[in-house]
Amino acid sequence: MAPHDLRRPFKRAAISDQQRRRDLTLQRQAQGRRDAQQQARCLASTVLSLQSQSTQPEYEPDIELEPESLPDLLPEQEESGASSKDLDVRHASKLKGAEARKWFARQLMLPEWMIDVPDCLAQDWYVFARPAGKRCFVVSSNGTTVSRQRNGSILHRFPSALPNGAKTRDVSGPSQSYSILDCIFHEPDQTYYVIDMVCWRGYSLYDCTAEFRFFWLNSKLGETGACSPPSFYHKYRFSTVPIYNCDQSGLSSAYTGALPYVKDGLLFYNKHAHYQTGNTPLALVWKDENCSQYVIDTDSKGQVPSQQQVVLELQDDGKLITSDDPPVVFGCLDLDFIQKEIFYVLLLVMEVEFVDGKLEKVDLHYLGKVNRARAFPDSYSKMLEALILYEKKGKKKLTTGGIQISYAICFFEHAFSLV
Amino acid sequence: MAMEVTQVLLNAQSIDGNVRKHAEESLKQFQEQNLSSFLLSLSSELANDEKSVDSRKLGGLILKNALDAKEQHRKLELVQRWLSLANNVKSQIKACLLKTLSSPVADARSTASQVIAKIAGIELPHKQWPELIGSLLSNIHQLPGHVRQATLETLGYLCEEVSSDVVDQDQVNKILTAVVQGMNASEGNNDVRLAATRALYNALGFAQANFTNDMERDYIMRVICEATLCPEVKIRQAAFECLVSISSSYYEKLAPYIQDIFSITAKAVREDEEPVALQAIEFWSSICDEEIDILEEYGGDFTGDSDIPCFYFIKQALPALVPMLLETLLKQEEDQDQDEGAWNIAMAGGTCLGLVARTVGDDIVPLVMPFIEENITKPDWRQREAATYAFGSILEGPSPDKLIPIVNVALNFMLSALTKDPNNHVKDTTAWTLGRIFEFLHGSTMDAPIITQANCQQIITVLLQSMKDASNVAEKACGALYFLAQGYEEVGPSSPLTPYFQEIVQALLTVTHREDAGESRLRTAAYETLNEVVRCSTDETAPMVLQLVPVIMMELHNTLEGQKLSSDEREKQSELQGLLCGCLQVIIQKLGSSEPTKYVFMQYADQIMGLFLRIFACRSAAMHEEAMLAIGSLAYAMGLDFAKYMLEFYKYLEMGLQNFEEYQVCAVTVGVVGDICRALEDKILPYCDGIMTQLLKDLSSSQLHRSVKPPIFSCFGDIALAIGENFEKYLMYAMPMLQSAADLSAHTAGADDEMTEYANSLRNGILEAYSGILQGFKNSPKTQLLIPYAPHILQFLDSIYMEKDMDDVVMKTAIGVLGDLADTLGSNAGSLIQQSLSSKDFLNECLSSEDHMIKESAEWAKLAISRAISV
Repeated sequence: MAPHDLRRPFKRAAISDQQRRRDLTLQRQAQGRRDAQQQARCLASTVLSLQSQSTQPEYEPDIELEPESLPDLLPEQEESGASSKDLDVRHASKLKGAEARKWFARQLMLPEWMIDVPDCLAQDWYVFARPAGKRCFVVSSNGTTVSRQRNGSILHRFPSALPNGAKTRDVSGPSQSYSILDCIFHEPDQTYYVIDMVCWRGYSLYDCTAEFRFFWLNSKLGETGACSPPSFYHKYRFSTVPIYNCDQSGLSSAYTGALPYVKDGLLFYNKHAHYQTGNTPLALVWKDENCSQYVIDTDSKGQVPSQQQVVLELQDDGKLITSDDPPVVFGCLDLDFIQKEIFYVLLLVMEVEFVDGKLEKVDLHYLGKVNRARAFPDSYSKMLEALILYEKKGKKKLTTGGIQISYAICFFEHAFSLV
Repeated sequence: MAMEVTQVLLNAQSIDGNVRKHAEESLKQFQEQNLSSFLLSLSSELANDEKSVDSRKLGGLILKNALDAKEQHRKLELVQRWLSLANNVKSQIKACLLKTLSSPVADARSTASQVIAKIAGIELPHKQWPELIGSLLSNIHQLPGHVRQATLETLGYLCEEVSSDVVDQDQVNKILTAVVQGMNASEGNNDVRLAATRALYNALGFAQANFTNDMERDYIMRVICEATLCPEVKIRQAAFECLVSISSSYYEKLAPYIQDIFSITAKAVREDEEPVALQAIEFWSSICDEEIDILEEYGGDFTGDSDIPCFYFIKQALPALVPMLLETLLKQEEDQDQDEGAWNIAMAGGTCLGLVARTVGDDIVPLVMPFIEENITKPDWRQREAATYAFGSILEGPSPDKLIPIVNVALNFMLSALTKDPNNHVKDTTAWTLGRIFEFLHGSTMDAPIITQANCQQIITVLLQSMKDASNVAEKACGALYFLAQGYEEVGPSSPLTPYFQEIVQALLTVTHREDAGESRLRTAAYETLNEVVRCSTDETAPMVLQLVPVIMMELHNTLEGQKLSSDEREKQSELQGLLCGCLQVIIQKLGSSEPTKYVFMQYADQIMGLFLRIFACRSAAMHEEAMLAIGSLAYAMGLDFAKYMLEFYKYLEMGLQNFEEYQVCAVTVGVVGDICRALEDKILPYCDGIMTQLLKDLSSSQLHRSVKPPIFSCFGDIALAIGENFEKYLMYAMPMLQSAADLSAHTAGADDEMTEYANSLRNGILEAYSGILQGFKNSPKTQLLIPYAPHILQFLDSIYMEKDMDDVVMKTAIGVLGDLADTLGSNAGSLIQQSLSSKDFLNECLSSEDHMIKESAEWAKLAISRAISV
């Protein structure tokens, strides 16, 4: 029990440099561990597949440079279905040029045309008014934001307030993390309306239900400041769209409600469906003249063509198919027509016959080839919808046989006449 | 059955080495042959008044060492050994010891006191020797003073050894009564009074209940205060020690006494002998410590009811306290700055003044400024030094708004004092004060910079000039430059130091080569400053940092060239090697942090690694730690390219992991394994068998310092993340270890702060291991192997959630593991996860957390769970 030593540090820094070195090392190691973990977590459990060619033709112009002035009828690039490489979204976000175009062209979820009213519409489905404009994927990563249209070509490259969307100091995560939004660019107010969230801060939402994705979208997008008016580091405004349950009041709000954007039909999303690339029956689109200016295809002058047209994919063996998976096959084109560079063909619908509500016989006339900027043929459901609407316009009777397919139309006419 | 040990014990203290050695061996032999008999012999030797004091003392000492050891695992062994001795043996030994307390020989009594306390420390927690305290207390009423003295001393040691919760309150009361009675002024025997006062110091920890009772507390405090006035200096000193202890243990009970204590301490500081005055100052320093802690924790607005409020004792005492402390500053000793071990009243007073400034902030400034102004230009160096020291002491605490105007005026004076003052002591304190100015008032967070384009050049010139001054002054100048550089850490792409960079580096290297660089830790200070200058440098000066690489490498190379050195020289040599490795580490980390400089730096990588490997061939833990840290940085910078060194480096890595004794080396090595995992990824696989074996051994060792164990668990995670499903073969070893550690760390009820902190670091390590293993197996067909562990992991998460004492780091890691579990096991764990508490309450709590990192982890978890259950 000797006297207790009470000496205190005198004229000394509180922390020795050696301790500082240790601390800094521990910090670096902890950061390294966090980054490694983050990276592992971001290697999405969903690996999306990319049909990619190992070599690209050298003559292919880099369309990223002048996306707007894409020549209309460039010869379509040949599809060699050879080597398929699985790429996850993380790697895909780094793709350039034609590879990127191709990959993104396949990543959007495409609604079918509503020709039949799903069961439990009111319980299991959301509805919202689709903004009129260009459907595109918006990817923010590494300090820049890129929007790509359905065919994969770049619409804009710009700074945004999305995570890692501009070269500013973003404290909210590692710089390599990326986000992907499913948007419609609405020209009149120069706004990206976000209709779905695919990846956020490096985390994939592909495998999440629509219910969760919409919840996430609505709670996260605002936090970033992306919905603020444009500024130097934020060139375009983003906005969510009001999403309703598919009950009577939801339907009427979506159908007739006033919105800051021009409507182009209604979109229906099944609440339990994951984000599925390509056509899916779990997302549906409805258009009529009350909720869309673009009910049926118009020509370049905005006129309704006097005849109903359809775009189908021309396969090597001359078969004509829709974009559905599996595709619906509509006969064969005379092989004489087949030129190597033609990929999609525009056809004139002459006559259609239904048997038991299914398209049985379709008489199509070849009109010409379609510009390469188009990445998809029409889907079966779109074809049907268009035909029915075309007939409704009283243009010309093309169909014979069953008429069950028009049930959806009756349903909506009834539903909306009540509101 | 006792054996004759007297002669052997005496021989063991012989000046003749051979005799001594022989005796030591005999003692060892006795002990091994028959422990009971050996210990009995020792105790009867100690008790026997006819034996010589030397053999008695040594006998007692050996007995004491047979009961306790510093190393935890050895200590536990000894405890078990004692408990397993036959009862009659133990009783005989204890009887001998108690008897010795009455011996007329003071040394024998004192030794017996200590042995009794050791045995009490072992037995009382096991509810053995219940009569001990009673029989000690009965001694108190014995007449001979020396018996009372020995008994009080024993009670003091006992309170030091035994935890307060194994002694019931009734006995505590009796002990305190006996001790306080012994301290009373009515006790005529000073030895008894001193023993009682020292015993009280240890007994204070037992007095929780008594301190809540006003009467008892008043009485104890009165007796202590009276003892501070005792004519015997040792008693006064011991009494002040009690007050210092009370100031931190019973801060919240001090209000009624603080005024009296101030009078007592002020008188002691001004008039008493130094050992007493130092304790009196320490009382106020200790009060500052308490109030700083309280104010930091609650930011001044106290609301909770179980926590301790701030009584603002310092603020209230300020007008009297500050002048008292300022007076002490004038009592400097000559040459105190050259003497590493010095501690005197001026140093204690200045240190206390600094703490007071941190406690009260702005309020201290007007009380100190007149003293500074009056003294700073006086002809007597003591006055100039005291004024400067006062100024330096109050630079931390008051707001920059208050200080910067004063500093702007004072800066020029300081710079000229540093060059022109004739007194070494004044220059030392001036350089230190400049360092404090830069530490607290210079940096990117300051509104008004005190270093401007106009004075930067002058400041640097003066500091570099002072590096040629006496070693103690040069050391402080290096320190000032350290903080000057630190202030420019986040300056952006262009630093005001850039034009001087070359000159500064050159001056620092020159300092390291000074003949007297070994004094006043000057060389260390110079390298530390060089490190900070490099750390805070910008891209502009990267080429100059690169040039430094071969220079430092050459220095390190020179230390390895094999001249024969004395052990003293060797120690200095390895200290230098440590400094050079540290410096290289900083440079590697700096250059490795940007791609262009990393690329150029890599040309040196082979040579540097070669030097580090040679360092490992030398034996010194401090250097190994430094070299290991540097290698970690190198691996981090090099990435996959580091693989080429693994073959040669591996054995040193293993050696580091085996270094139980110098656990810092082991800890650093574990961290470096993590660095290498991230650098090499699956290329580390060939070395994993060895590394995992070693890590598992480390975990099962009772010798290894417990602080290394949590990082070892984290390291499991690093390995699993690097080698993915190849971790399969380690699962059967690692998982049970993780599970039992998890069970241990989950429940912390009744743990003190330190235990809770350790439990949290253990939890974090375990969770990082789970995280790494789960992510490592993701997308592998072997994911199934982890399913059996899922329930336990979820249970662990639930139980730490319910325990409600996890810190933010654990919270973040824990909620991340929940996500990892969902991410990797997907629908296999979906329903389990949904049943867990973690996926509901815990997750929601984290989602609404203020902490950005917790929230982000929680969002990830929510996402992963939503995917897992939606499949």
